[in-house]
Amino acid sequence: MKVIKEKHSLAMRWCHWVNFPLLTIMIWSGMLIYWGNDVYTFTLFGHTFFKFFPGWFNKALHIPFRLAEGMSFHFLFMWFFTLNGFFYIIYTIISGDWRELVPKRNSFKEAWLVLLHDLHIRRTAPPQNKYNAAQRIAYSAIIVMGIGSVITGLAIYKPVQFYYLAWICGGYHFARILHFALTIGYVLFFVIHIVQVILAGWNNFRSVISGFEVINEEPKPAIETNNDERPE
Amino acid sequence: MSAPNKKDKKELTIEQKINRRNFISFATFAVLAGGAFEGWRWLYKSPPEVRGVTAGAKKPLRKALNKTELIFRRFFSDNHLVKTYPKEMAAKYVRVNSDIGVEAKKKFDPSTWKLQVIKKGGEVLQISLQELMALPKTEIIYDFKCVEGWDQISHWGGVKFSDFIKHFKLDDYAKMDYVGMETPDKTYYVGIDTPSAMHPQTLLAYEVNEKLLPLEHGAPLRLIIPVKYGIKNLKRIGTLSFSNNRPRDYWAEQGYDYYSGL
Repeated sequence: MKVIKEKHSLAMRWCHWVNFPLLTIMIWSGMLIYWGNDVYTFTLFGHTFFKFFPGWFNKALHIPFRLAEGMSFHFLFMWFFTLNGFFYIIYTIISGDWRELVPKRNSFKEAWLVLLHDLHIRRTAPPQNKYNAAQRIAYSAIIVMGIGSVITGLAIYKPVQFYYLAWICGGYHFARILHFALTIGYVLFFVIHIVQVILAGWNNFRSVISGFEVINEEPKPAIETNNDERPE
Repeated sequence: MSAPNKKDKKELTIEQKINRRNFISFATFAVLAGGAFEGWRWLYKSPPEVRGVTAGAKKPLRKALNKTELIFRRFFSDNHLVKTYPKEMAAKYVRVNSDIGVEAKKKFDPSTWKLQVIKKGGEVLQISLQELMALPKTEIIYDFKCVEGWDQISHWGGVKFSDFIKHFKLDDYAKMDYVGMETPDKTYYVGIDTPSAMHPQTLLAYEVNEKLLPLEHGAPLRLIIPVKYGIKNLKRIGTLSFSNNRPRDYWAEQGYDYYSGL
């Protein structure tokens, strides 16, 4: 028998879908800014594997010579990005939804089993509630990363007025590297997230828009347990 | 009573409930997504601001920059100092990023130069480098930050702007909201809010690495203002003026934030 099972709150769905375009705009405008001093590379043992970003890439995305424009977009949408994230965190704390989100003590061990299951190495996945252990870690990490982006961003934006933030981030120079690395992190998260959403299927995807999943439940025996503790 | 009947009629099957909720939420989602897209298109295609003291930005984005300035100005304090470094950490070769207003092909003789301070009623106060060098010297070794994203620890020496104001009895002028500075040829110019100019680390610098400035670094006198991006650190100051309105600013005319504070 089909049953509607509530999954995601309206607030969570709102924050998720508002964040998506906001983060896209922040990354895009951030790339316009980064172009002004595009010095970062992926280098291991003296060998440079990759330069952020290759010329063809910048050209294809129409990035060069738009630093001022990038800053004007970045410093407007930073407000919405921060407020949306702030709202989400406050909501998650007050509603108690954090219990379904924050990793548990055994989550790190379990996440490994989830990974093996997802890679079709292990047949069974550990039992889960709303999120499995890997999701708990990933979705909590992305929130921490968001806070990190705001802090490193402020440290770069006003390193003199917020000198203590710049200090926490290891200085102005390093804060810029962290800010950039977090952005690369979002892109990697996005790629894995999309693959997982496709693999998880329609029911799961729908729940982030409609809020519920449809599950098939075995009909329960029609015996009601008589509860004596009735309210007067 | 017919109420129970009516209720029975209204009772939805699980399938109907699913369809109804799907329809409502997906329709809402589509409408909001469409609205967001239209909003973005409006912003992206919004006309450029009217050319004035600032130019080159989209009108709503310029408005946002100016509003954001007001919010972050509240965090400005003379007690917030830029981090300073030991002398060994200062770059030996200080980066030269721009020569606007100090181009090598331009004729300029630093020995005949005088700083022109524009006072009320067209009066001009002329100050020689010797007079400035007679004032107490302040040195700073800090991380110079360019709006492009690079930074470099460099070592500068000169007169604290606030000392300069006091010594030449310009205190009344420093009560105005802005300080304007221009190169002698008027091709590069900046406007600085007076609190930033009066910040204890703002210098009228004549030395880099303990030597007189070379021409490419703005000889004989340049602005070193650690609470601003490099674009505001005018080289070869020709004139200095005060105003309650924003003075013209080279990079604010190219779409950059007027405040550009750090």
